[in-house]
Amino acid sequence: MNTVIAAVVVLGVLGAIFGLILAYASKAFAVEKDPREEAISACLPGANCGGCGYPGCSGYAAAVVAGKAATNCCAAGGDAVAAQIAEIMGVKAEASAKMIAQVQCTGGCRGHEQYEYVGIHDCAAAARLPGGGPAGCSFGCLGFGTCEAVCPFDAIHVVDGVAKVDEEKCKACKKCVDACPRHIILLAPYKTKRHVAITCSSKDKGADVRKVCDNGCIGCGLCAKACPKEAITVDKNLAVIDYDKCVGCGLCAQKCPRKLITVDGKVPEVKPAAPKAAPAAAKPEAAE
Amino acid sequence: MLSFTELFGIALGAILVNNFIFAQFLGICPFMGVSKKIDTAMGMGMAVIFVMGVASAVCWPINHFILEKFNLVFMQTVTYILVIASLVQFVEMFLQKAMPSLYEALGVYLPLITTNCAVLGVVLQNTQNSYGFIESLVYGVTGGVGFLLAIVLFASVRERLEFAECPKAFEGFPIALVTAGLLALAFLGFSGLKVF
Repeated sequence: MNTVIAAVVVLGVLGAIFGLILAYASKAFAVEKDPREEAISACLPGANCGGCGYPGCSGYAAAVVAGKAATNCCAAGGDAVAAQIAEIMGVKAEASAKMIAQVQCTGGCRGHEQYEYVGIHDCAAAARLPGGGPAGCSFGCLGFGTCEAVCPFDAIHVVDGVAKVDEEKCKACKKCVDACPRHIILLAPYKTKRHVAITCSSKDKGADVRKVCDNGCIGCGLCAKACPKEAITVDKNLAVIDYDKCVGCGLCAQKCPRKLITVDGKVPEVKPAAPKAAPAAAKPEAAE
Repeated sequence: MLSFTELFGIALGAILVNNFIFAQFLGICPFMGVSKKIDTAMGMGMAVIFVMGVASAVCWPINHFILEKFNLVFMQTVTYILVIASLVQFVEMFLQKAMPSLYEALGVYLPLITTNCAVLGVVLQNTQNSYGFIESLVYGVTGGVGFLLAIVLFASVRERLEFAECPKAFEGFPIALVTAGLLALAFLGFSGLKVF
């Protein structure tokens, strides 16, 4: 009987001591947490996509409270979340420009493959092969869907051998941008009306591009000439669009002889004034 | 008296011969759970080393000065669970305040270890082998090193396994279990290794 009592007493006392120590420690070592941090965490999407540049949603919440991050960095939550966070922080919401991932490749190099690839169905693996993968164009989408696999929002899919972004679903979290071994996905400010995109990344010379791609940019500069706002420049044989200037007129897309400039995801019909036979590069449209 | 050879023997035994994972099959849950990436495996291993060392150091005096004195050695398991659980809690709070960088590095693995049976195993074996304080400490830390070795080896195999083609039925967890079994077989080769 004594043993039983001793066991109960000793364990009881031990338990009580540990309990007291923990109770004391929780006060003594309490780390002050701003209640705003929890409030912000609660209104974030919780996808932990990392698009804001912080490790997960709670990391971003902590950064906002610490004043290190703006209230509108959550691309996934958009303006609604930015407004909520701003309210919690007591500042005015700054509208965040909606960004989208843009695949800078038309997939025109399909059919120009250097060799048949039967390995792991993964762009990163394929890109390590000699020649940087099977695609004929060294700037071309490999089409094995590494971007598709990393997308937490189901917004990017390989269609006909080339990755396509669903602008509605894309939250600009940058996962695909980082995952693409070809570095041909970039973030672009999205114009909800008449979004113009030059869908090529090739810095090769025009003649070389023609050999490996049906519609890659050859750097002809017709788009740059067509642009009334001077929003397009040709740099290293590649037309590049400045979205700050682009007004979405679509004149560049009309002129592009390679048909790689899209307006709202489509290549527009060329109007009667047919372009010259001269090679042309991608032509973006100017916008504001 | 303690000699260096003796301690070295304990360490070698804990790391290789009686490896907690591959020879004693303790702590399999975190071993399978956090071994998908080498980085996280390292974090978990480090946290286990830390907790095993501290638990050995704390449980020895409790056993020696309290349980043995009151003839309550049969209550060891219960007491150790109590001690380890509150210890990990305490250490977590302390680290968060005093060493935030270490706390961040150990991250979620620290609270996870509360329920790691390898930790309970190491303190129970300390008493079973009637180790002294220093020996307990060495056994605890090196037991953790053994865990780290096992989980990092396993994680590096698993990272490659991701790209291996295996029958549909074996994909994921099954093949990981098979791999763990093969690694355990390999560690069987260390049995019988002695220092003396």
